Amino acid sequence: MSAHSLNLTLHVWRQKNKNAKGDFVTYKVKDVSTHASFLEMLDILNEQLIAKGEEPVAFDHDCREGICGMCSLMINGRAHGGQRATTVCQLHMRFFKDGDEIWIEPWRATAFPVLKDLCVDRSAFDRIISAGGFITANAGSAPDANDILVPKESADRAMDAAACIGCGACVAACPNGSAMLFVAAKLAHLHNLPQGAPEQMHRTRSMIGAMDAAGFGACSNHYECEAACPKEIPRDVMALTNRDYARTSFAHRERSSKSDGGG
Amino acid sequence: MKLDARIPNGPIEEKWSNAKFEMKLVNPANKRKYKVIVVGSGLAGGAAAATLAELGYDVACFCFQDSPRRAHSIAAQGGINAAKNYQNDGDSVHRLFYDTVKGGDFRSREANVHRRAEVSVNIIDQCTAMGVPVAREYGGTLANRRFGGAQVSRTFYARGQTGQQLLLGVYSALQRQIGAGKVKMFSRTEMLDVVMDNGRAVGIVVRDLVTGTISSHAAHAVILATGGYGNVFYLSPNAKGSNVTETYRAYKRGAGFANPCYTQIHPTCIPVSGDYQSKLTLMSESLRNDGRVWVPKKKEDIAKHPDQIAESDRDYYLERKYPSFGNLAPRDISSRAAKEQCDDGRGVGPGGRGVYLDFRDGIKRDGADKIREKYGNLFDMYERITGEDPYKVPMRIYPAVHYAMGGLWVDYQLQTTIPGLFCLGEANFSDHGANRLGASALMQGLADGYFVIPYTLGNYLAGVPATSLADVNSAAFKTSETEVRARLDKLMSGTGKRSVESLWKELGHIMWENCGMARSKESLEKALAEIPRLREEFWRDLSVIGERDSFNQSLEKAGRVADFMEFGELLCRDALIREESCGGHFRVEHQVEGEAKRDDERFCHAAVWEYAGSADATPIRNVEPLVFENVKLATRSYK
Repeated sequence: MSAHSLNLTLHVWRQKNKNAKGDFVTYKVKDVSTHASFLEMLDILNEQLIAKGEEPVAFDHDCREGICGMCSLMINGRAHGGQRATTVCQLHMRFFKDGDEIWIEPWRATAFPVLKDLCVDRSAFDRIISAGGFITANAGSAPDANDILVPKESADRAMDAAACIGCGACVAACPNGSAMLFVAAKLAHLHNLPQGAPEQMHRTRSMIGAMDAAGFGACSNHYECEAACPKEIPRDVMALTNRDYARTSFAHRERSSKSDGGG
Repeated sequence: MKLDARIPNGPIEEKWSNAKFEMKLVNPANKRKYKVIVVGSGLAGGAAAATLAELGYDVACFCFQDSPRRAHSIAAQGGINAAKNYQNDGDSVHRLFYDTVKGGDFRSREANVHRRAEVSVNIIDQCTAMGVPVAREYGGTLANRRFGGAQVSRTFYARGQTGQQLLLGVYSALQRQIGAGKVKMFSRTEMLDVVMDNGRAVGIVVRDLVTGTISSHAAHAVILATGGYGNVFYLSPNAKGSNVTETYRAYKRGAGFANPCYTQIHPTCIPVSGDYQSKLTLMSESLRNDGRVWVPKKKEDIAKHPDQIAESDRDYYLERKYPSFGNLAPRDISSRAAKEQCDDGRGVGPGGRGVYLDFRDGIKRDGADKIREKYGNLFDMYERITGEDPYKVPMRIYPAVHYAMGGLWVDYQLQTTIPGLFCLGEANFSDHGANRLGASALMQGLADGYFVIPYTLGNYLAGVPATSLADVNSAAFKTSETEVRARLDKLMSGTGKRSVESLWKELGHIMWENCGMARSKESLEKALAEIPRLREEFWRDLSVIGERDSFNQSLEKAGRVADFMEFGELLCRDALIREESCGGHFRVEHQVEGEAKRDDERFCHAAVWEYAGSADATPIRNVEPLVFENVKLATRSYK
């Protein structure tokens, strides 16, 4: 596909730090190749700013191939810019037209405070995983891998859910700032596998508790999350979680605290 | 510099068992009294931090990303090897060991390679137990595919996201320990110095990337698992933040840096499209299971649409030159073959720097759905980047710098030349030789983190009194902090006009043109003249805007590029002195009909560089001789 170039007007959110008040600042960029990625377009903008002695725009990015989940931009009100199944680092400028005006903002959610410009703090996701997004299996304690048979369909469903990159687009897209898709994806990954079964109820309860504690909103079934997810995590993972959460709410008993240490 | 590899006695199959038995143990009740720092949270660092915490050590883990889940191990696509022989096709620990030694062009340490082949089987068990969704057959058993440099199918995978799934497994184990209070995690924190006291590593100095605050952390041992240095070439598939800073800082404090010239060129990268380009993207080697690599036979055909080129006018050069390995010839060999075709004027795409990777026959044989199931996400990624649909038009690929086989020298215990400083994963040098076989990087990271360091670190700590934790207010730490601040001030004080990015790009250009896929005495001498000139320009013309003590991405990058400006020179120096071709290191003066020609008489050793006190002083080259007792030194052949 042949390249051509674009002239664009950008309205970029600038915010000095966590406590400062931010605002949009307008910039022009010229001659951007349609083969460049959106982040490369921002690189070009930053080179312009540095040449003028202005501070470049801070934005999070790392792998730039759609897998690390670090990039996180709201573009014209759409998380990651609105191309289906695409993180902003993989969004290319051929998605835009010459003369476009583009509004660029950070994720907006109570649980994701802005650190600077377009960078936010997503450590709340780490705290949710710490609460139960794991299988307790110390190194060295594993049986032979083929001793655990997993039907291919289950493994595939687990993999569909495990594809989550933890970028937070689901939260940014949700009118309530809920992390339900993120939490449910991890639960569906682990609960489609037999290895996940022993801790299923405790894990569900614990991760949802951590989500609430971190200040995420409640899910009210808008499904904006599903539309925004760059990895196309299906919304039915949430049905599984809701079922388990209902069950655990009725039947949950805290794990026995009795010591099992023998004399 | 004294280099004692501490290779255990006994036959190769028994070395690791013997070593484990001979290692000293730390009383379980005392482990919590030992503080361990892990820098890096990828497969090696994350696995080490989680596993050491499981054992009871008091662990602190540092990463520059906003979460440990984002370490660059995540980008590995294709798979991880394990000598399980589930396919009944003749695999064994010994065969994996043999393939790796041969694949590394006889420049790795046999004992380390064998140990890794042994624990490969435990790795896949461990990952499965932790819920990594590894691909399955309909009967519920694990599936395998084949990778380059092997004639057995021993590669386990999770679609095209194997690195991601393995890393998320490691991350979940790490978060479990963080939640339990056994690991203290420092995200968005970058290590800027290793602190030494009485010849031992006693801690690190770090910068909080959000606030800019400099702080010191003391430990009984420091583990670096900070990945590779491929970004010295600017354009590479490494993440933008990947850097050499931690290992280079350690080198400046006295750790030997081994074989920096061993850089792997990956044959299947999406070609460069323009000078705005910030990084490259790989297409997994696994694609070569079903994709056929070709160029037009006739130069006049290169501009034609591939559909217009008759079968008889296509040159499937890998199948022609290497019939027994075909499209799955090892990476160094496939890369050079692609370059040879393009140099011959038969490359395709912009600038003639590309070859076709064609799925037409695979799709015809198995159907597009089967191909989509195996590689769907890679095809989608290719289309997003290039705007072309690989189900219809062959992919265009070209070699690019990928992985660093060189790194900090470590002994069999994974300890660097500095007591108390350990190095794991891609950051160390030991397990791949001069070329890494596909699906071996993930294996090494996890082997080191899950199954080697838990033993060898205990062996070290058993000889260190728990009461000997250094004081962060001592002179050693304060001196390091002062030096770190002075350097940041120097980076900020530039009154020039050039951005870090533009200087980095220029360094990358020098490196790739002179020390890339083909190296010569002439090109390397040119690079060695140009790099110091550019380094001078860097310090003179650099412009870093913003504040030192705040969130400042330009400053972070400037610090990393400043280290690349010195490290690039070390890499070229190593390449110049190694007057032979081996694996990824190809000296044009040393070849036989386009194939690498080793010189075992003069270079059957690891070159270990010792810092000489300043960037402009010539470093000292030390040598660890490599002894091959189990695999006979021979010319590699994949024909």
